[in-house]
Amino acid sequence: MAAKTIISRPVYGTLSPRPGKHHLFIADAEGALAITNMAGKAPSGFFDGAEIVFIPGPEGKHVAALEALKPMQLHIAPSFASLLPRLKQTLTNAHMGLRLYLAGTEGLIGQAMQVALEAGIDHTSIETEHRGSLARRVQCVHCKGITENVTTQPATCSHCGLLLLVRDHYSRRLAAFQGVCINAEDRSESPPIEEVFR
Amino acid sequence: MSTGTTKLDVVVSDVVPVNELVTRFHFRRRDGELLPTFSGGAHVVVEMRDGDRTRLNPYSLMGSPLDTREYTISVRRDDAGRGGSLFMHRQVKPGQEMVISYPVNLFSLDLRAKKHLMLAGGIGITPFMAQTSQLAGASGNFELHYTCRTASLGTYADVLQQRYGNRVRLYHDDREEHIDLDRLLSSQPLGTHLYVCGPAGMINWVRDRAANLGWPPETVHFEHFAAPQPGAPFDVTLAVSGKTIRVGEQQSLLEAIEAAGVDPPYLCRGGVCGQCETNVISSDGKFIHNDHWLSEEDHRSGCKIMPCVSRFEGKSLVLER
Repeated sequence: MAAKTIISRPVYGTLSPRPGKHHLFIADAEGALAITNMAGKAPSGFFDGAEIVFIPGPEGKHVAALEALKPMQLHIAPSFASLLPRLKQTLTNAHMGLRLYLAGTEGLIGQAMQVALEAGIDHTSIETEHRGSLARRVQCVHCKGITENVTTQPATCSHCGLLLLVRDHYSRRLAAFQGVCINAEDRSESPPIEEVFR
Repeated sequence: MSTGTTKLDVVVSDVVPVNELVTRFHFRRRDGELLPTFSGGAHVVVEMRDGDRTRLNPYSLMGSPLDTREYTISVRRDDAGRGGSLFMHRQVKPGQEMVISYPVNLFSLDLRAKKHLMLAGGIGITPFMAQTSQLAGASGNFELHYTCRTASLGTYADVLQQRYGNRVRLYHDDREEHIDLDRLLSSQPLGTHLYVCGPAGMINWVRDRAANLGWPPETVHFEHFAAPQPGAPFDVTLAVSGKTIRVGEQQSLLEAIEAAGVDPPYLCRGGVCGQCETNVISSDGKFIHNDHWLSEEDHRSGCKIMPCVSRFEGKSLVLER
């Protein structure tokens, strides 16, 4: 569970069923366990009006557990990019009464929330639960390129190659943490690189 | 003391009867300058000097926020009320000098919304007059559903229909026309915000249905200025200032505190804004809570009271004032 450091650093809760007419879940990897845990608290028939979009990830687990919930729809996607057109279409056609639940890695929660914000859902109206990796999406504040799955501090920008200090400063609009050059004064300095976001 | 607000010296520039119950008042600055900018949903507190009594009542600004040469309010006459609306109707004439507060908005539009769904009941139409003007000027997407008792009491219904056509839907009680609320709420596109202003019963009904149908609380906005209700007189001890005061039958607790020379913070004087929230040090009796600010838990606790609209019945009440 992420600790609050500065005000923009997202904190996540525990999924709980909200009143609503339709329930849309987006999860990756161990995020599936947040959904199955929540199912124990949900009123009977809750999943009859639910759609689950799930990215199993490299380990490929948990699909059967989600099938067992018998949601109205279960869509398995190989990546977030592959589910994006479907998600946008769903939100464009949705009505008030749709409730959104996001569970899994920070990158998944952040990117799905970014799409939801554009569709007019307030971030405080979204149920979130962090599960699994703490790997970060990082935007290089210098070249603006986004590097996925950053686990080290500092980290190398995959676009411009600068060595970046990964800050807790987070942008909901970009769904990314901010990375700032750590050796701007003297590029020959090379601080030790540690794996801190596992 | 009105928190964060300054007073405006104005002159009544026009008084226009609208229908058998509602009269509109126009205010301009005495120095001829423009009035402060406001946004749709804002209200001002009007000071009514009636002999040795001063009433301070909040009214929504109903003019276009794009025009600050004058402010306009509409006052519904309440023959059974505490006299503020009767004072406005009977004693306020064009040319009269009055004092009003700076505008304060406790019912503002959330401009991130993809669509604004507005529900008005009766005189609750006034903040929507300003909000629709503001949105129309910015090509905003809105829809207004307005319930009134009869066509002749549908204050500004004609103006609104003329301005906005089928974006305004009217419901007349005397023709048995009623909003199909569940259907309306369930058919709104994602990203819609809901605004409701009208009688307390209507607001409670709409908030309850919206919550049940999955509208997050952040998307539901409401405003109801509770007029302070008259009631049996009661005595109060103000512990900080060391005074004991009597609250008269037609007086609010806040007015009685002010009359004793104590100057607590206030803003809306209608149980909405939270400024005058007061801690109860001890009490022996029953609270009559009339505000929309404190939680039900706070109401039950007996530890807090909103003196602008709430009263007390019992042996003793000691407040931290």
